[in-house]
Amino acid sequence: MKKLLDVQNLHVSFDTHAGEVKAVRGVNFHLDKGETLAIVGESGSGKSVTTKALMRLIPNPPGRIKEGKMLFEGRDLVKISEKEMEKLRGKDISMIFQDPMTSLNPTMTVGKQVMEPLIKHQKMNKEAARKRAVELLALVGLPNPEARIKQYPHQFSGGQRQRVVIAIALACNPKILIADEPTTALDVTIQAQILELMKELQKKIETSIIFITHDLGVVANVADRVAVMYGGQIVETGTVDEIFYDPRHPYTWGLLSSMPSLDTDEETELQAIPGTPPDLLNPPKGDAFALRSNYALKIDLEQEPPVYQVSPTHFVKSWLLHPDAPAFEPPVNVQQNLRPMPNNFDKPALFEEVR
Amino acid sequence: MANFILKRLVYMFITLLIIATITFFLMKLLPGSPLTNQEKLSPAQQQLILDKYGLNDPLPVQYVNYMTNLFKGDLGLSFQYDNRPVTKMIGERIGPSAYLGFQAVLFGTIVGIVLGILAALKQNSVMDYAATTIAVLGISIPSFVFAGLLQYYLAVKYPIFPVAAWEGFEYTVLPTIALSVFVIATVARYMRSELLEVLSSDYIMLARAKGVSSAAIMVKHALRNALIPIITLLGPLAVNIMTGSLVIERIFGIPGIGEQFVRSIMTNDFTVIMGITLFYSVLFIFIVFIVDILYGVIDPRIRLSGGKK
Repeated sequence: MKKLLDVQNLHVSFDTHAGEVKAVRGVNFHLDKGETLAIVGESGSGKSVTTKALMRLIPNPPGRIKEGKMLFEGRDLVKISEKEMEKLRGKDISMIFQDPMTSLNPTMTVGKQVMEPLIKHQKMNKEAARKRAVELLALVGLPNPEARIKQYPHQFSGGQRQRVVIAIALACNPKILIADEPTTALDVTIQAQILELMKELQKKIETSIIFITHDLGVVANVADRVAVMYGGQIVETGTVDEIFYDPRHPYTWGLLSSMPSLDTDEETELQAIPGTPPDLLNPPKGDAFALRSNYALKIDLEQEPPVYQVSPTHFVKSWLLHPDAPAFEPPVNVQQNLRPMPNNFDKPALFEEVR
Repeated sequence: MANFILKRLVYMFITLLIIATITFFLMKLLPGSPLTNQEKLSPAQQQLILDKYGLNDPLPVQYVNYMTNLFKGDLGLSFQYDNRPVTKMIGERIGPSAYLGFQAVLFGTIVGIVLGILAALKQNSVMDYAATTIAVLGISIPSFVFAGLLQYYLAVKYPIFPVAAWEGFEYTVLPTIALSVFVIATVARYMRSELLEVLSSDYIMLARAKGVSSAAIMVKHALRNALIPIITLLGPLAVNIMTGSLVIERIFGIPGIGEQFVRSIMTNDFTVIMGITLFYSVLFIFIVFIVDILYGVIDPRIRLSGGKK
């Protein structure tokens, strides 16, 4: 299958008074047509920066894309001009932000905000754009859209505003939709509605979605594939099943053991990941997670681990998969859920070339 | 909306009553009477005159008399200027003051907004530092210092503009600049910080994510939101211009209300002091009222919380 988006060795840094903060350090991932990729990881792991870099929305200064490629349909988004990027934004790639309470302009009617990308990209006149805006708001399940387009954001509830933001993002049928924690600021029942809506709309307009979240429950619900980020790097990628039922990286284990499931009984204790995220001003030398991990090997403190391939779709960046690594047992909470994966290779293979 | 305006009008009226009362009693605390400097009059003659004007009546009686006349729209007669009605005196002098004040607020706001935008667009550049320095100087140095400097450099040393008097547009330039420095400084400072905040907000990011160009974002999304707090500033700024004009009008010899106000305080001209204070109060309350309405026009969130939809 042809890759719609291929990010290679992406580095993003922020120049601060204290020095260069290396927020994203060599990220590789790709996105196929029509699939949903979830990027998970704790706060500060570089999820949002990665996707903002994709849309070239990182304010410069202080931020800059240091190196790497972001190939979208063969074009490198790092290299194209700002004018060309403007033509892509909102049309081919669009974005839903985390906090619907602040992501709409408070002094502009909702209708105008939905019409803006239509007029800009589809060259619609005002009347056509207005009609389409009404359709879009109906599509995202907003009752009485005819009247509501004349209203201002403060007249909408949080869930309704997020529907509006989704309508804006979908206005031009984008090829890629980036959803940066779209449900984090919403309460649980609304979360479920919004997720259902996104899945439904994805089928209708066949868009690919990059879904950023730190909520593994949401991941299981929406994603086809998952990329786990830690300290500005992707430490494990795989299909949803591979990540949930055959995780290989200690950080992924940590994430999974800290999540309750329906099987969790009173006896099982949820495990928190000890310690704090690494200081990206001076990133650790070896494996960034080593200092917080019970499974750290001596080499983890000295050399950055290579990437091992466990199946055609499952990649892990950890020394634990090295043939010489000592025997180990994943945490109990993870072991309970392990299942054999049909596509796994006999042995993890060292993976060298850039994906 | 009509509801809102009606309510505000009632409040405005009550505010005025309170101001009139306080000013009346404060003024009575001033030492001396309108006749203090009239050495030619014997004490007996002075008493006679004070009796005639009711200034020897007990305070409550004077107060009731004054308020009754006030309700009839009568501000009384001046004690110093041949019994001329105060309303007429204010009317004659309102022109130059209003012209100067309006010109200074307009000029100051426009220059301030432009300076603030330039500073915010190129944050931490030479332009930004220059604008910030101007703002700090303008806020900390009183307008009469600028007035003196302007007169010395632009009228005496390099005679580009006239030193003083009120005979045409060129006479308004220096006092306008002197008065507007504070406005420029305040507006520029607020505009800069507001715009920086707005430009880093989520909805600007979303607008960029929609593919809107930087110029369109500035015009359609950023400016309007950044202007909201500036509108609120206009009220206090207008007051500043009013009080500033007391001194500025004197320095530049402008026949305005401020000049008259200072003179009437010097001579215990009770009715004129009262009249001008009330006039300033009405003006101020009215400006605040207008600002509140403008606020609603520019910010839809305020528009609806004010009255019924």
